[in-house]
Amino acid sequence: MLLWNRRSRAVLLGVFGIVVVVVFVAPLATVVLAGLAGAWTGALPSHLGVDRLGGALSGENLASLSVSLQTAVVAGGLALVLGTWAALASREAPPWLSRVVDAVFHLPIAVPSVALGLGLVIAFNSAPLLLGGTRWIVILAHAVLVLAFAFSAVSAALDRLDPAYRQAAESLGAGPFRVLTRVTLPLLLPALGAAAGLAVALSMGELGATVMVYPATWKTLPVTIFALTDRGQAFQAAASTTILLLVTLVALTALGRIRSAAAVR
Amino acid sequence: MPPLVIVLLVAVYPLIRVCLESVTGVGTQSSWGSVLSSEAFGDALWRTVAIAATATLGCLVLGTFLAVVLAFVPFPGSRLVGRLVDTVLALPSFLVTLAFTFLYGTAGAVNAAIAGVTGDRAPAVNFLYTPAGVIAAEITFFTPFVIRPLMASFSMLPRAQLNVAASLGASPLRVLRSVVMPEAWPALTAGGSLVLLLTLNEFGIVLFTGAKGVTTLPVLIYTRGIVSFDLPGAAVIATVQIALSLALYGVYRMVFARLMTQRGRAGTDVAVEPSQ
Repeated sequence: MLLWNRRSRAVLLGVFGIVVVVVFVAPLATVVLAGLAGAWTGALPSHLGVDRLGGALSGENLASLSVSLQTAVVAGGLALVLGTWAALASREAPPWLSRVVDAVFHLPIAVPSVALGLGLVIAFNSAPLLLGGTRWIVILAHAVLVLAFAFSAVSAALDRLDPAYRQAAESLGAGPFRVLTRVTLPLLLPALGAAAGLAVALSMGELGATVMVYPATWKTLPVTIFALTDRGQAFQAAASTTILLLVTLVALTALGRIRSAAAVR
Repeated sequence: MPPLVIVLLVAVYPLIRVCLESVTGVGTQSSWGSVLSSEAFGDALWRTVAIAATATLGCLVLGTFLAVVLAFVPFPGSRLVGRLVDTVLALPSFLVTLAFTFLYGTAGAVNAAIAGVTGDRAPAVNFLYTPAGVIAAEITFFTPFVIRPLMASFSMLPRAQLNVAASLGASPLRVLRSVVMPEAWPALTAGGSLVLLLTLNEFGIVLFTGAKGVTTLPVLIYTRGIVSFDLPGAAVIATVQIALSLALYGVYRMVFARLMTQRGRAGTDVAVEPSQ
């Protein structure tokens, strides 16, 4: 509708296509290809195969993948519960308090994750809050970082929710707990699924806070990938990143597909 | 509000501890004075701001172009591109740097292709380990953060306005300048300040680039705190960076709040339009 001339439209779309391919498609495709490649000395990778992916799924790399998955699930779950709770509660709170809650919950993503990691190391390294050197400090760091996304996703969904459902249930005599579990949460289910997918995806790729807090026994996949590139094993790093990419995309699409029973009806 | 208390404990309290920790190094190498006057800090601060500002500018230009095409020049597959752009938001940023080493590294695919054509062995493309490499990677990764708010504000724009302007003889560039862009400014400021904040805080891309000459504040916090285990010194740098980020975050929230109220007004405009 902006361009009425067929030729100018074709030229513009051509430029657009080149930009999208160079900027977005090429990096993603390159990592996957390098993960599959045996060597890449020419313009195109050679000896394509899944050997390196096997390497990425064994030994230390597999352990890291499992650590990352556990961290992502636990941290994502914590963030989702806390974020949902806060989003529901800030609805009932006076306006000034909900503004404070909104600002505080977004704070962890406004400051650099490295600084937040440094703060966690300093703050939780002495009794009674001794978490340093355990897996819990990594999980805590991830939970804090993805909390903002969980909170804002649930808040946005609550904004769009029709209050008539809740009011109808209340007028029929349902208590607050029953309204929450039978009306509000089921209606929020798609948003909760999408938020959970995003939380798991972001936690899987988190690096900044993790390198500040991780103990040697709890190495997440991005930390291992960084160690690989630091040692010059770029191809193995690409293979591990490909696995990371796959897991992330599966989490995003699988959890994003959750539909509420109300929507199906 | 138990959730608020928990978040205050696990997010705000550690940040306060960072600020407190920064004053414990008095009289040593890690005091405020000696860290702030050190050459490494000055270089990193300047580099961080320069990289963030350039990358933000690049994201705004590229993001505006992509968003305008996606919104106003529909083509088959545009939804797929939109999904791709959304997916990039959830991926780890270091992926881009890793990909760039294979693509544009001295032994990468692009250099090999150029060498194959010209026969020249010296790498033709060699920007990866310079600030330009970091900026290119950041533009790739953060452009979606500009595209999203722009697409949202374009979807509020009545298509009839564009068609009327075009039927009165305005050229596409003029329609863009005087009809589309005035509506897009708030979204551009919001997206731009968000990207500026995120590029100031970016860590993965710079760490994976691993070049000696390209050190930004977050990487300096990491090397000082973890590699040379100087917590008070790292805390000083972190305090400076937290102050910088929070100031920018305040600006972003203000811009975003204004954007939301404007959108509310725009909604009523559209609602009365058909009756005219």
